[in-house]
Amino acid sequence: MTEYVGVLLYIAIAVGLGIVILFRSYKVRPRRLDLEKATAYECGFEPFGEARSPFDIGFYLVAILFLIFDIEVAFLLPWVLGGISTGSSGFFAFLLFLVVLTIGFVFEWQKGALEWS
Amino acid sequence: MILYLLIMILATVVPLLLAVAFLTLVERRVMGAMQRRQGPNAWGLFGVLQPFLDGLKLLLKEPILPSSADQPLFLWAPILTFLTSQIAWAALPTSTAGAVRDLNLGTMYVLAVGSLGVYGILLRGWRSNSKYAFLGCCRSVAQMISYELPMGLIVLCACMIANSLNWSALVESQQNGIFLLPLWPLALIWIICCLAELNRAPFDLPEAEAELVAGYNVEYASMGFALFFIREYRSMIMMATVTRLLFLGGTAAPMNLFFLNWLPGSFWLRLKATSVVFIYIWVRATLPRYKYSDLMDLGWKRLLPLTLAGFVANAVVVFNIQML
Repeated sequence: MTEYVGVLLYIAIAVGLGIVILFRSYKVRPRRLDLEKATAYECGFEPFGEARSPFDIGFYLVAILFLIFDIEVAFLLPWVLGGISTGSSGFFAFLLFLVVLTIGFVFEWQKGALEWS
Repeated sequence: MILYLLIMILATVVPLLLAVAFLTLVERRVMGAMQRRQGPNAWGLFGVLQPFLDGLKLLLKEPILPSSADQPLFLWAPILTFLTSQIAWAALPTSTAGAVRDLNLGTMYVLAVGSLGVYGILLRGWRSNSKYAFLGCCRSVAQMISYELPMGLIVLCACMIANSLNWSALVESQQNGIFLLPLWPLALIWIICCLAELNRAPFDLPEAEAELVAGYNVEYASMGFALFFIREYRSMIMMATVTRLLFLGGTAAPMNLFFLNWLPGSFWLRLKATSVVFIYIWVRATLPRYKYSDLMDLGWKRLLPLTLAGFVANAVVVFNIQML
């Protein structure tokens, strides 16, 4: 556990450096407020409508699929390290896991969840 | 102990910031040479002062806070992107002596920190409260998480051969032959995933300037933009470093000859990382931009099944060798 103290210190220093770099520019350059400057950029037009507009459901699907497959990678991790010593029974369990996953993947594909118009 | 740590941390932070500065120059010079023009050459020898003047210019620009943005998180987003690109170096070996902290779970640490980079971009796009930024952030996040899956699997393949998640162990197991030879198909996929993960050409869709002006960083000016820029280039160096650790034998000399071994490991490490970065720049000068639907097709329908197949093939071979 102690080896992560270095990582913590690293995070603290990186945050500090980022804050210093970001807020230096607020000190160096005085801000001249202007109504046009402070509005959201929309190629020179007056911004119309909400920026939080509805978006394509495809992005949501991608996020869900990513969760499933990322958890799969996390599940493969212990097998990669210690699974070799579990012998052939462990190996076939690993293959079975991947087969189930592949069936799910083919199902998604057939359902058109991976299509982008 | 703390003093030693501080020195080690500064010894990675400061050279990295310098490397980022010079990498921007290298990119512009190499792109220039490939397009038969000069590139920046006016300030200093071969334009070496150019990146510092660019930095100074960004510092002297007026920072803008859009009135519609959610203030605290709008300011926190650039710091978060800067942070996530920096802390991966806490575990990456930078010489034969090892890393700042040679973690046992080093590869997983770097992967996890790499995934955290998505949050910075998400915050940037969402908290700017601007349509272009929002669309750019949707695209970018979908792209980055899609290409993270093959990356994770490929790292697991290399870890399986080395039978460890430690970077030093990975380098050690490549003493008698680099992993590029058995894993070259996965190495090719890895390079493609790196380009997509870094939002580099030909996958630089989030910043497609023709449609989205600048994507998720449209509302940022001055140092807020500079922090994002530093993050882009530092991730490039980080990905190149991970590539040479996974596939190119890390700190070892390319051949086991006495005059090559005489040079220090950190030299070979930097030479290999630089050659990978050169490939990224080369690709940018060569290939046109992808369509977004093609990009997602490539990630989900081509690279992910291919990588899964490669992972199983690799597992079968490694398992049979170990059972002998």
